[in-house]
Amino acid sequence: MNLYIKNGHIVDPSQGIDGTGDIEIADGKITNVFINPDKSEIKNAKCRIIDAAGLYVFPGLVDMHTHLREPGFEYKETIRTGTMAAVRGGFTTVCCMPNTSPVNDNASVTEFIIRKAAQEGSCAVLPIGAITKGQKGVELAEMGTMRNEGCVAFSDDGRPVPDSLIMRRALEYSIAFNAPIISHCEDLALSEGGVMNEGLLSVTMGLRGIPAEAEEIITYRDIALAGLTRGRLHIAHVSTEGSVKLIRNAKAEGINITAETCPHYFSITEDAVAGYNTNARVNPPLRIQRDIEAIKQGLADGTIDVIATDHAPHHVDEKLQEFDRAPSGISGLETALPLSLQLVHEGVLTMSRLVEKMSLTPAGILGIAGGSLKTGRPADIVILDTKKEYMVDPEKFISMGKNTPFGGYVLSGMPVITIAQGRLYEWQ
Amino acid sequence: MLDRKDLLGIQDLSPEEINLILDTAGGFRDVLGRDIKKVPALRGRTTVNLFFEPSTRTRTSFELAAKRLSTDVINFSVPTSSVVKGESLIDTALTVQALGADFIIIRHPSAGVPHLLASKLRAAVINAGDGTNEHPTQALLDAFTIREKKGRISGLNVAIIGDILHSRVAKSNIYSLIKLGAQVRLVGPPTLIPDEIRETGAKIFHSIEAGVRDADVVMMLRIQMERQGKGFFPSTEEYCKNWGLTSRRLSNAREDAIVMHPGPMNRGIEITSEIADGPQSVILDQVTNGLAVRMAVMYLLAGVKK
Repeated sequence: MNLYIKNGHIVDPSQGIDGTGDIEIADGKITNVFINPDKSEIKNAKCRIIDAAGLYVFPGLVDMHTHLREPGFEYKETIRTGTMAAVRGGFTTVCCMPNTSPVNDNASVTEFIIRKAAQEGSCAVLPIGAITKGQKGVELAEMGTMRNEGCVAFSDDGRPVPDSLIMRRALEYSIAFNAPIISHCEDLALSEGGVMNEGLLSVTMGLRGIPAEAEEIITYRDIALAGLTRGRLHIAHVSTEGSVKLIRNAKAEGINITAETCPHYFSITEDAVAGYNTNARVNPPLRIQRDIEAIKQGLADGTIDVIATDHAPHHVDEKLQEFDRAPSGISGLETALPLSLQLVHEGVLTMSRLVEKMSLTPAGILGIAGGSLKTGRPADIVILDTKKEYMVDPEKFISMGKNTPFGGYVLSGMPVITIAQGRLYEWQ
Repeated sequence: MLDRKDLLGIQDLSPEEINLILDTAGGFRDVLGRDIKKVPALRGRTTVNLFFEPSTRTRTSFELAAKRLSTDVINFSVPTSSVVKGESLIDTALTVQALGADFIIIRHPSAGVPHLLASKLRAAVINAGDGTNEHPTQALLDAFTIREKKGRISGLNVAIIGDILHSRVAKSNIYSLIKLGAQVRLVGPPTLIPDEIRETGAKIFHSIEAGVRDADVVMMLRIQMERQGKGFFPSTEEYCKNWGLTSRRLSNAREDAIVMHPGPMNRGIEITSEIADGPQSVILDQVTNGLAVRMAVMYLLAGVKK
């Protein structure tokens, strides 16, 4: 694939680029980046020229927290549809969580995912293996073997590792394979039966609440264990003010941890649940305005390193149920970038910092290629229009999961072109 | 007429709507005192009692109210358990609608189910208790009974005693009594009263003596035995010692205070028989008034074109 992207506003934090320029692509690789060129330096007259004037050009986004649901839950999403949705949302790499059926807790499931992604995937798929066998929290899974097969991190996502000793061992053992342990922080005894944030609204809706402390207690436990073991801890989907403070303090003390949040945790509050809207049921639950402010502060001051989607597609029939029976999760790949761009509009992050948190930093945490437009890198690129407004219509999602609380929101910044794995995808 | 299709909760109602229901119920209360207790108001309409939880009194009360209004009544009881995977809720509801239901009286262990059905069905949905959310007709019949006995609601001190956290009856009563101008006190162990509920304007008391002092109305809630041993309170005996209603404790209330209970009662646990059967008890009046209030709700909802 040969391309010449002309006059785009290129943002590439890996090279400190934030300005107008051109990108030359030959054979699917970036061969040149020209910033503020006097004139375009098109050498290959036969290549396609993309006029990106008025558009932003970013390195392809990297999502380190995706649920592709395959194997086992192909009625919710597949590797094929999930990666198509990723590309639509500007992601060129997704890391898929192991809570499939069977659980990705052994090399044969890892191998299946990688092979299926190579055959049917629209973007790079990097599996995350389970920390414990069957995600049961009892015995360590074969992390080394899975790492060799291609897993980039380990997590029992959807559940914490309840036993502190097993969590300690996981943090220690994974040091040998230089892979982060991604922790879903939830004190299961304290959150038992909970389906939304605990507060006045949960009381007046008659729904069992999950207090912020259920997240914070395990966040602190895992920080303490990371300090003890010097293992690599990454805190998934931070949703509370208290967690932000704990992570900030831990980083100040020099403990080696990183953290992510998701667009829904800085965009909407628990109020989205009102009327028993199961599309706003997610775990951890949507919190309150005070938590949103703290998360934005944490993103701004570097406490929170990464914006991930926690893309969790479900079938419409599963969400069309009693609130306390409907599964948790939001289909997030196709709204993550526009929602996150709001942080730039609000002045929370510069465009460069935003791009960093959605590409370069997650790639760095996972030790993978991506998140950079340096010469010689694969042409994983997203081109987006931040001026054109559109209304979110879940029915138009490419993902099989239409479960979003953002239907009807007017946003901007959808990709118009995504280039992933040597293929160009284009939308009006 | 009520300008709404459904009755989902007291939270949605204005004080004017509540008073309209209570005034209308007064008319039906008179009908129920006659020899012929049936009116032809809703002849030809169909009522479906869709109960996903065992219930005798509420279901019977709705059934009789519907029959007194001359509607045809079907009882559709669905035994449920979260383990048994049967027909989905929506499919059950659509089936009931296909039978031609005009009124769907729904009781379900999950909060919000009436709201879900109301959004998907043409029929008028009446919430007969959803999880720990609301039980609006119980609160309406309680308000009716208080008004009948006390002549007013505004300015009264009402003490609600027991498991507020898990009680949809308490929740609906808090909303309705505050909307109607009463002072509401909630009495019980801290584990069974969520602190956030103060924001409704209700006051919290952990001592029953202080909570019932000078009360005009003492409303007891049923204590559910399954809460003991789950950390809410250590034992039924200890609960009784601290929060059971005895004659000595009731003597702290106003002399003319009335005692209410939504039933079914645990005699000797949250309330002594002496009080339940005593002169201050209005427990059986509540049952009779429940019929009139449920007739009023159905009658007023029937006016909305669907």
